Amino acid sequence: MLTYVLRRLGLAVITVFAITVVTFVILHLPPVDFVTAYAAQVAASGSSISPAEADAMRLAYGLNEPLLVQYWKWLSMVAVGDFGRSFEYGRPVTEVIGDRLWLTILLSLGAIVVTWGLALPIGIYSAVRQYSIGDYIFTFIGFAGLAVPNFLFALIIMYVGLRVFNTSVGGLFSSEFQLAPWSWAKVWDLAGHLPIPMLILALAGTAQLVRIMRANLLDELRRPYVVTARARGLSERRVIMKYPVRAALNPFASTIGYLLPYTVSGSIIISVVLSLPTVGPLLLHSLISQDMLLGSTIILMLGVLTVFGTLLSDLLLMWIDPRIRLGQLK
Amino acid sequence: MADPILSVRDLHTYFVADEGVVRAVDGTSFDLHSGRTLGIVGESGCGKSVTAKSILRIVERPGRIVSGQIMLRRQNGSTVDLTTLPTDGRDMRSIRGGEIGLVFQEPMSSLSAFHTIGNQLMEAIRLHTNLSKRAIREQAIELLAMVGIPRPAQRIDSYSFELSGGLRQRVMIAMALAAEPRVLIADEPTTALDVTTQAQILDLIRRLQQERDLAVMLITHDMGVIAEMADDVVVMYLGKEVEKGPVDDIFHAPRHPYTKSLLRSIPSVLAEPRSRLATITGSIPHPFARPGGCPFHPRCPDRHAVCEITVPAEVVIGENHVTACHLYNKVAA
Repeated sequence: MLTYVLRRLGLAVITVFAITVVTFVILHLPPVDFVTAYAAQVAASGSSISPAEADAMRLAYGLNEPLLVQYWKWLSMVAVGDFGRSFEYGRPVTEVIGDRLWLTILLSLGAIVVTWGLALPIGIYSAVRQYSIGDYIFTFIGFAGLAVPNFLFALIIMYVGLRVFNTSVGGLFSSEFQLAPWSWAKVWDLAGHLPIPMLILALAGTAQLVRIMRANLLDELRRPYVVTARARGLSERRVIMKYPVRAALNPFASTIGYLLPYTVSGSIIISVVLSLPTVGPLLLHSLISQDMLLGSTIILMLGVLTVFGTLLSDLLLMWIDPRIRLGQLK
Repeated sequence: MADPILSVRDLHTYFVADEGVVRAVDGTSFDLHSGRTLGIVGESGCGKSVTAKSILRIVERPGRIVSGQIMLRRQNGSTVDLTTLPTDGRDMRSIRGGEIGLVFQEPMSSLSAFHTIGNQLMEAIRLHTNLSKRAIREQAIELLAMVGIPRPAQRIDSYSFELSGGLRQRVMIAMALAAEPRVLIADEPTTALDVTTQAQILDLIRRLQQERDLAVMLITHDMGVIAEMADDVVVMYLGKEVEKGPVDDIFHAPRHPYTKSLLRSIPSVLAEPRSRLATITGSIPHPFARPGGCPFHPRCPDRHAVCEITVPAEVVIGENHVTACHLYNKVAA
């Protein structure tokens, strides 16, 4: 069991390292660099920068050096927790990301909790009462949830919020708290703003998980161990909750692995639509302007989140499934 | 013979689907007596397992008991018709496991892989007694020892996938008998096991039957198992009983052509090497396309015109020996 955990940890470290390499290479794939893009941007706004200035910038950012050297410099910086300065904002990357990281994680975890909280009971209901009216209703909503793009759903909710309730749904803070330092009032304000983006983020994942849970549970409900549990005199509710539901839980545990990064990267459009101060829009912007260090840092973060999420779901699976714990299943 | 402990009368269990009605059990009647074994034999899909599930009232939807009676003489002396009890009610639940134990046919998947065998075994005891946790655990270990599981005090904390098929089936038997029921239904208890293990499990069931004066209902498709274990036999075909009687009559003086065919198709060690095994011609009809008249007539070597039209009534052949076949109807009439 310990070797299993250690092996997973070792693999996680190697995976994160591989992610940094790929990230860096991808960010250097475009034929033009940040300075060229920046010069074009400045030119578009009417003024211009001279070639000498551009060269000076390249020198300052180390863009003239070979890729390998740049990578090595970046990696040794990251290793000691220094993520460099954003080209575009002219401030340290950590400062640019700032609170956005925590808000993103808060929003993601919240969305996962909502996803599970909705999908588990609905999935169980749909399987146990297969082909009932309730099952059909949930199935319909589920497919609608899968088919309707999240951002469209976000737009609809914003529209309804504005028209019917006369409130602005966007953002995570009211305008008076936007730039205010943290206080209890600000936390309270945040708590009021969180549920709707959480719900929107959770929608697609919930629809998907309900389908998975329903299908899995339907399989499990027909297994002989369910019959023998009934034959022992256990009540129907206890039979279902203790045995087949437990067996059908595996996919739930495995979903953390992809839900965690999905709610960060998959939410870019929603974040833009709802103007949420999360990492997503920042990533989009840094990629457009080729803000190398900012982009690398965010992608590295996503990578670490994915790896961490997978590790977490592996450990969770090990905890709930004795066959994995005792090395019967690979 | 004393009063039966469980008596099934004209049981009909149907599965109603959009495509049609499957008459899984279509009129069976039999009695179970303490200390005796009733063998129920027939091909796959003849309604043996559904009969067992009907008695315990755990037939899966869309199946349900359409008519018939299942009379159980309870431990307190009263008699109750199980078909009238609510399936998930307190009475039915106390009968399941408490008065009727079930051993199911697949030891590989009849235990949950997510719970230790002790967890499931102790659950079976807890549901029907008021013992303390410690006493329940002790009793569970005793039960495991009783069914011949080595080192029961350690085994109780293992998972089912850590045990062999034979050991798992022993655990299943321990679980079925945990609350000391007086009726044991064993649905193909040895089908998934190799021959040596099979013999051990059958010996175990026989030993426990003697110790506890159990009424055993043994469901199998294996005539060899029937010959070894049963006192009385019911032969089923497509949900109907075609012949029933004492085991000696069934084996030495079978009357129904189906029973005769079943007996002919048993491989024998005395047979000429490489000789062909006798088979029953044709195959079991699709459940939605059940033949009219006698259900066996398309495959029957002795069929007459009447077999295609009318369902044969049961004819008494000898003491406790009846068959449903037109061949003997003339004699009776």
